[in-house]
Amino acid sequence: MTVFLQRLYFSLIGLFLALPLIVVAGVSVNEKQDLAFPPKGFSLAWYAEIFTNVEWRNALFASITLAALSAAVALLIALPLAWFLWRRHAPWANIFQLLGIAPFTLPPVITALGLLTFWAATGFYGQPATAVISHAIFFVTLPLVTLSLGFSSIDRSLVEAAATMGADDRTVFRTVVLPLILPYLVSGYAFAFVLSLNEYIVAYMTVGFTMETLPIKIFNALRYGYTPTMASVTILFVAIAATIFGLVARFGDLPKLLGAMSSRDQE
Amino acid sequence: MRREPPQKLTDYSPLVFPAGMLIVFFVVPFATMIAVSFFKRNPSGFYTPDFVFDNYARFLSLFFGKVLGFSLMLAIAVAICCVVLAVPFTYLLSRARRRTQVLWLVALLSILSLSEVIIGFAWSTLFSRTAGITNLFVMLGIMDQPVALNPSFGAVLTAMTYQALPYTVLVLYPALVRLDPTLTEAARTLGASPVRSFFTVVVPALRNTIVATLIMVFIFALGCYLLPQILGRPQHWTLSVLITDQAIYQSNMPFAAAMAVFLVLVTLGLVGLTIYAGRKGEAA
Repeated sequence: MTVFLQRLYFSLIGLFLALPLIVVAGVSVNEKQDLAFPPKGFSLAWYAEIFTNVEWRNALFASITLAALSAAVALLIALPLAWFLWRRHAPWANIFQLLGIAPFTLPPVITALGLLTFWAATGFYGQPATAVISHAIFFVTLPLVTLSLGFSSIDRSLVEAAATMGADDRTVFRTVVLPLILPYLVSGYAFAFVLSLNEYIVAYMTVGFTMETLPIKIFNALRYGYTPTMASVTILFVAIAATIFGLVARFGDLPKLLGAMSSRDQE
Repeated sequence: MRREPPQKLTDYSPLVFPAGMLIVFFVVPFATMIAVSFFKRNPSGFYTPDFVFDNYARFLSLFFGKVLGFSLMLAIAVAICCVVLAVPFTYLLSRARRRTQVLWLVALLSILSLSEVIIGFAWSTLFSRTAGITNLFVMLGIMDQPVALNPSFGAVLTAMTYQALPYTVLVLYPALVRLDPTLTEAARTLGASPVRSFFTVVVPALRNTIVATLIMVFIFALGCYLLPQILGRPQHWTLSVLITDQAIYQSNMPFAAAMAVFLVLVTLGLVGLTIYAGRKGEAA
């Protein structure tokens, strides 16, 4: 009886979470340009459309480039910061940890508007590079949190052993620290990449009028003309996210990663 | 290698790039936004530098009061819906097999990372007349003909709950994983049913966590900027939607900035409250 109730509850939540995606998946295989559900006919043409239609393809490339670059910049900011906080005893430097977590904790509109006023005031408004920097700042929280977790899990006696045998900071970092935090580096990059791929408001407020990322393209299509391509792109995005998080789970310890991530958020 | 205070100036070098980036591209923009909130609107262009309180004075209008009231009410409703659904779910999840847990976590993360645009599109399709859920009801004979379920308050609330539910589960997850299983076992041994032991043992033990989670989901929902616009009517617009609208479509940057500053203050106040609730939780 209890087991049955448990399964029922899991199924209901699962259904609630899956239902909109099921409908969208249905819409995406319509044969004609028709947003019908259940779908009329079956065709994968709308998936091909993402790659054959110039506008959608450009938006896809813009999004992937933006996500790949901004996640890399986020990592470049987070890695030295997290390393410094782990290696040195400097309580005042924690202020930068706080600054790194703030953009993600505040409502996104605020970070977006701050960056919009900033780029407008400095005269760079609308340039693609501004979106990369903006996303890197917005998502730096994710690698910062995974890396802090990674560093805190390093057994300091390993580092001490290396130092005793004459390794300097650089050698210790390259031969001991880096291999140990690699999984956290990869998952931090993965989280930032997937979230940047999906991000709308910051991208819209910084480069919305000069560059179309996929979320911006979907939003414009939502206003100026529905097409089943929106549905196929949605399913593609869900598939990308599920694959990346699936890989993180396969090669890392997802429960541990999330257990510590969320408790850190609460602090 | 012990943690030691930086000794030479070069010891600080790893900080240069991260600190520089965060100051230039987060602190400075934030300060710019605060400055702009005191500027005067220039209808022909952006704004002219000034020091006026006009933009803040507009908060005193009935219209703004209504938007603020509605935003807070909506965020509270979303937070309550999410916590009510997520607490039993996360509890069961934390007791499930590891494999089941990982599968659910991957699914929850995938949905959490979805763009608000995509969630809005998915629900507007689900609620539409042509492709919506009501077509299914017609097929099953429950309804005579398909109807559109949006724009409506219910549509906004459902989609926002959908968006915030994975977040709620992930916030609750660590606390529930760490919950001592002997607590419920003791209750069970003493004859309480599983449902009863959940409500009389688990929920009270987690009271502070639940309060902190409510506030965090509230802040998360307050940040929702698109769903009320896609799925609701203009009276369902929230503060976040209004900020975007003023900044982009009405080009009234000073007013948008003033509202954003106000939203920051509300959020910071709530973060403070969460930390306070957390401290009390640890002390108890």
